[in-house]
Amino acid sequence: MTQEHLQNIDLSEEPAKQLSVNPQKFMLWLAIVSIAMMFAGWTSGYLVRKAEGNWHEFELPSIFMYSTAILIVSSIFMHIAVLAAKKDNFNTLRIAISITFAFGIAFLIMQWWGFADLVQNQLHFSGSDVASSWIYVFVGIHGLHIISGLVVLLVSLVSAFRLSINAKSLTRIQLCATYWHFLDILWLYLFFFLFINR
Amino acid sequence: MATATLHAHDVHEHEHEHHELGFVRKYIFSEDHKTIAKQYLITGIIWAFFGGALSIIFRLQLGFPDLNLDWLKPVLGQWIVEGKLEKEFYLALVTMHGTIMVFFVLTAGLSGTFSNFLIPLQIGARDMASGFLNMLSYWFFFLSSVIMFCSLFLETGPASGGWVIYPPLSALPQAMPGSGLGMTMWLTSMTFFIVSSLMGGINYISTVINLRTRGMSFTKMPLTIWAFFLTAVLGLLSFPVLLSAALLLIFDRSFGTSFYLSEIYIGGEALPNVGGSAILYQHLFWFLGHPEVYIVLLPALGITSEVIATNARKPIFGYRAMIGSMMGITVLAFIVWAHHMFVTGMNPFLGSVFMLLTLIIAVPSAVKSFNYITTLWKGNIIFTPAMLFSIGLVSLFISGGVTGIILGNSALDINLHDTYFVVAHFHLVMGAASFFGLMAGVYHWFPKMFGKMMNPTLGYIHFWATFVGVYCVFFPMHYIGIAGFPRRYYSFTALANNAAESFVDMNMFISIAAILTFSSQIVFVINFFGSMFKGKTAPQNPWNSTTLEWTTPVVPGHGNWEGEIPAVYRWPYDYSKPGSAVDFIPQNVPFSATPESNLPEENEEIANEKEIESLLDSQNAVYNI
Repeated sequence: MTQEHLQNIDLSEEPAKQLSVNPQKFMLWLAIVSIAMMFAGWTSGYLVRKAEGNWHEFELPSIFMYSTAILIVSSIFMHIAVLAAKKDNFNTLRIAISITFAFGIAFLIMQWWGFADLVQNQLHFSGSDVASSWIYVFVGIHGLHIISGLVVLLVSLVSAFRLSINAKSLTRIQLCATYWHFLDILWLYLFFFLFINR
Repeated sequence: MATATLHAHDVHEHEHEHHELGFVRKYIFSEDHKTIAKQYLITGIIWAFFGGALSIIFRLQLGFPDLNLDWLKPVLGQWIVEGKLEKEFYLALVTMHGTIMVFFVLTAGLSGTFSNFLIPLQIGARDMASGFLNMLSYWFFFLSSVIMFCSLFLETGPASGGWVIYPPLSALPQAMPGSGLGMTMWLTSMTFFIVSSLMGGINYISTVINLRTRGMSFTKMPLTIWAFFLTAVLGLLSFPVLLSAALLLIFDRSFGTSFYLSEIYIGGEALPNVGGSAILYQHLFWFLGHPEVYIVLLPALGITSEVIATNARKPIFGYRAMIGSMMGITVLAFIVWAHHMFVTGMNPFLGSVFMLLTLIIAVPSAVKSFNYITTLWKGNIIFTPAMLFSIGLVSLFISGGVTGIILGNSALDINLHDTYFVVAHFHLVMGAASFFGLMAGVYHWFPKMFGKMMNPTLGYIHFWATFVGVYCVFFPMHYIGIAGFPRRYYSFTALANNAAESFVDMNMFISIAAILTFSSQIVFVINFFGSMFKGKTAPQNPWNSTTLEWTTPVVPGHGNWEGEIPAVYRWPYDYSKPGSAVDFIPQNVPFSATPESNLPEENEEIANEKEIESLLDSQNAVYNI
C-alpha cells in the first residue's frame, strides 16, 4: 500500500501520457455501455409493466441456477487464462481457455433447457402471458450475446493454440476477457433482477 | 509569426509518402475519415431533397385541398385517385418526411458528416480510432437508406404511423396499409441505422479521448469537438434503448407476443393479445426520442460557435459556460422524455416533475443564446454565407425555443398537444435551426473538403431565400396551432369557431412559402456541385481561422498532415488579441512566440511547452502500432 503510494507521488516520472489508452479496449468499453443501456431499457420496461398489475407470477426454471454457476466458473477460468498468458504459461492458457469455451457452450445448452422447461410449464414466448415473454427476451437476447462472445472466445482459443497470444501480445485475450466477464456480469444482473422481481 | 508557421507546411504539399489506393478503396469502401464524411454529406443532401419533396406534396394537400393533382400521377401513380391524394398516402408522406429528416438528414447527414470530417482534423489526429469501423458505419447507414428508400415504392406504401410509430397502430398489419410490409422495412432499416450510429458514436468518443495531439487538453478543444463528443455520448446511451423498443415491437408484430398490445377489437373481433402496455412503448421510444432532439441540435450549435467566433473576429464569449451548458443539456436530455407524454394519462404529479425538469433546459439554452449574441456584440463581423447561416440559427433557436417554454407546461400542453403549434415549435428549434447549422458547416468547411471556394453570391441568395422562407412557413403555423388544427390530419372539417374556413388563406400562404423555400435549395445544389468542379481554388486558411484543420495542406491527403502533427499550445479562440499584430493566432503557435500579446497567466504556460513537445514520441507511437 505504502509502496504504491510512493510510486504515485514520484515526481521524477515522465509527464502524464494522455495517449496511452488502447483505442480498441476503449471502444470495447463503449460497446459494453451501449449493450448495458439496451438491457437497462428492457429491465426498466419490465418494472413499468409489472407495476401496472395483472401479472403472472411463476418460479424460474431451477436450471438457471446451475447455468449461473457454470457461467461464473467459466469466467474464473477466463481470468486464469489471462494470468497464464501474462506469464507465458502456454499449457495452462490452453487448458483454461478451452474450459472457458466448453463451459460457455454448456451455459448456452442449459439456457436452452431452461426454455424447454418453461414451455413444458405452458409458459410460452408468444401469446398473452407477458411475464413469460419477458423471460424469453432477457434470456434469449443475452444468449445471442453469449454466442457472439463464444465467437470472440474461439478466435482467442485458436490464437492460443497457435502461440500468437503471449506476454507481449495480450490485447486480443484481454479484449476477449473483458467482453466475457461483462456477459457474465450481465447475466448475473438479469438473473438476480428476475429472481427479485418475479 | 502566425502566418509564418502556417505556410511552413505548404512546402510539403505535393509529396505523397503513401502509395495510391485503387478507386474502390479510395472512393467507395474508403477508411479515410474525410471521404466517409463526404459520403455522409452527399447521401444526406440526397435524402434532404426526398424528405423536402414529400413535405411539398402534403403541403399541396393542406394549402390547396381542392387542387387537381392529376399532374403528379406520373410520379405518384395510384396514390392519386381522381385528382386527389389518397388519405393513407398522406399519412405515409408525413411519416416518411419525419423519419427521413430526423434520422437520415439531421442525424447521419449532420453529425455523420461533420463529426467524421472535423474530429480528426481539429484535434490533430491522422484518422479515426478505427477506420474500418468508420467505414462499416457508413455502409450500414447506406444499407439502411436503401431499405428505407425501397419501402417508398411498396404497393401498400411505406410506414404510415408517424415517425414515432406508436403501437398498436404500427403493431397491427390490419390497422392500416402502411403497417404491413412498410413497417417491417422501416424497423429493419432503423435497426441497421442504430447499429451504424452506435459504431459511429463509439468511434467519435474514443477518437476524441485517445487521439488528441500533444497539448490538446479538453479545455483547449474547439467547441465543435465538444459538441460532437457530447452528441456521440447521447447517441451511445439512447440509441440502444430505441433498439430495445423496436425489438419488442418486432416481437409483437412477427412473433405473436403482447408487449404493447392489449384488448383490441378490430371489426368487432377481439384480438388474442392481452396484457400489453402501449404506453410502455412511448416511454422507451421517448427515452431515445428526446435525446435525439439534442443529437440533432448539438452539432449544429457547435458548428455555430466556431463559425460565429471566426467571423466576428472575437473569442467566443464564455467558452467554459458553453461547455457547461452543453453538458447540462446532455444530462437533462435524459430526464425530460415524458413531456412528450403529458396527455397519456400519466400521474399529474409525475407530469409536474417532468415539467420542472423540462423548463430547466431553458437555462443552458439561454446561456448559449446569450453567449452567441455577446460574441457578436461589437465584433468586426464578416458576413460570409456561413456566418449568415449561423446567425440565422441563433435567431431560429431563440424563436423556436421560446415556444418550448410554453409547450413544456403540462397544463398548457393539454390544449396545444399534437397541434400545429408543436409542429411550428420543433421545426424552428430543431429542424430549421439544425439545417442552418448544417448549411453553415458546409459553407465554412467546403474549402477544406474539396479545396475549392463556394460562390458567395449564390450563398447569399440561398441564405436570404431560406431564412425568409423558413419564417414564412413556420411562424404562421403557431396561429394555426392555437386555433386548434391537429397535426397529421389529411383535411379539416369540424373545427370550433369556423377555424377550418378562416385559416384557408393562411394555410395557402404557408404552402406557397414552403414551395418557394424548397425551390431555393436548388441554388445551393448548383453552388455545391458547381463549385466542386469549377470553384476558385481555396487558399490554405480562407477564413483566417485558428483551429488545426487549416494547418493541413489545401486538400489534405491520407493522414492529414504531411510531416509531424502540430502541437497545440493555446485555446482555439485567440481572435483580435490585444497586442498581437495579426487578428488571429492559430492554436499551434506557442506562447513563447507571441510575447507581445500574452496575458500574465499565459506567460506562465511557456514553461509547459517543453513538456508538450516531449510528448511527440508517445504520440507517434500510437500510429505505429
